[in-house]
Amino acid sequence: MYDIIIIGAGPAGLTAAIYARRAAKTVLVLEAASCGGQIINTPDIENYPVAMHISGFEFANKLSEQAKALGAEIKFEKALEICDGDSEKTVKTRKNSYSAKAVILATGSENRRLGLENEDKLVGRGISYCATCDGAFYKNKTVAVVGGGNTALEDALYLTDLAEKVYLIHRRDEFRGEEATVAQLRQKENLSFVYNSRVTKLNAGKRLESIEVTDKDGNVSTIELNGLFVAVGRIPENQNFAQLVTLDEGGYIPAGEDCHTNVPGIFVAGDNRAKAVRQLVTATADGAVAATEAVKYASSH
Amino acid sequence: MAFITVTKDTFENEVLKSDKPVLADFNADWCGPCQMLKPILEELSESYEGYKFVSINIDDEDELAEEYDVASIPCLVIFKDGAETERSIGMKPREALEELLEGN
Repeated sequence: MYDIIIIGAGPAGLTAAIYARRAAKTVLVLEAASCGGQIINTPDIENYPVAMHISGFEFANKLSEQAKALGAEIKFEKALEICDGDSEKTVKTRKNSYSAKAVILATGSENRRLGLENEDKLVGRGISYCATCDGAFYKNKTVAVVGGGNTALEDALYLTDLAEKVYLIHRRDEFRGEEATVAQLRQKENLSFVYNSRVTKLNAGKRLESIEVTDKDGNVSTIELNGLFVAVGRIPENQNFAQLVTLDEGGYIPAGEDCHTNVPGIFVAGDNRAKAVRQLVTATADGAVAATEAVKYASSH
Repeated sequence: MAFITVTKDTFENEVLKSDKPVLADFNADWCGPCQMLKPILEELSESYEGYKFVSINIDDEDELAEEYDVASIPCLVIFKDGAETERSIGMKPREALEELLEGN
């Protein structure tokens, strides 16, 4: 049995591992994909204190090395379920089950999909959720970005330097994202704003060929393109724990700054917690808090 | 077994005419998820000796990327007897990669 199991090896989970190990607790980190979580998609981090420029990949590597050097054990298995026993909690993966006194949920979030027919089939064949990852495949081609937040704006800006033509499709007529980025976009001659519109159909042969767009008055138009970059937000990855832990209507775990969930001994850290600001620095901060609380719980149980 | 770097000049011999099934890893230096995937694939190449593991840099080999319709990386393509049989796009957990290799 471990003192603490941490589910998710992103910035929140690995920071929690560092704090828990420095408190001399035994720690297992379970990760479904790779260390670092979504930060590995960021080419250059410029807003983390002290690190003026660092790539997401380098950040993730350094963080996981630090956690491992302090003695955290990391296993690449997806946590499927948690059972709350009297004296211990059991986390089940496909092949194994592990028990601990306390558990920290640091699962983060995944890309929200548009929910259109053939969307999954076309990922990598015209549909992408990451402009910085896949933009290079659309040099001198026609693309669209759908969404209205900072990710959509930044994706559009990035793509204007690569693609011949970029459409930015947004369901409202003003953006939630930063005004400075919107102002930069307005200067781009190869960008067209498509306001008050939703993508309603994907037309594809072997690859995505065009999309159908419907505006708020019900007018339907078609945009021929090579790529569609979807940036319509993220969904917290809490579904596997919903039977045990209370979620809010958005699927987030409603925990305060102390990172306590409704279940004693289960804590939450990072983007899957209900909160106002989801940044690298708030994820690592959650990791520190959740670990401190989990250490206290493990010491007294 | 180590990873072999394949170019458009060696692709036919190393991949299409390979006796063994091939796992082709389309990647790029600037792609974070590709770099995270690399050590996992290197480990898998030790335990899945029935496969040949090859790496294709899409910036150096844009013609191959275009020919095989690679539009998102990391992109893993399995070739058997010269033809594509499976494709996996994006960062995947190790278990999913094992399933990909075992399913062929």
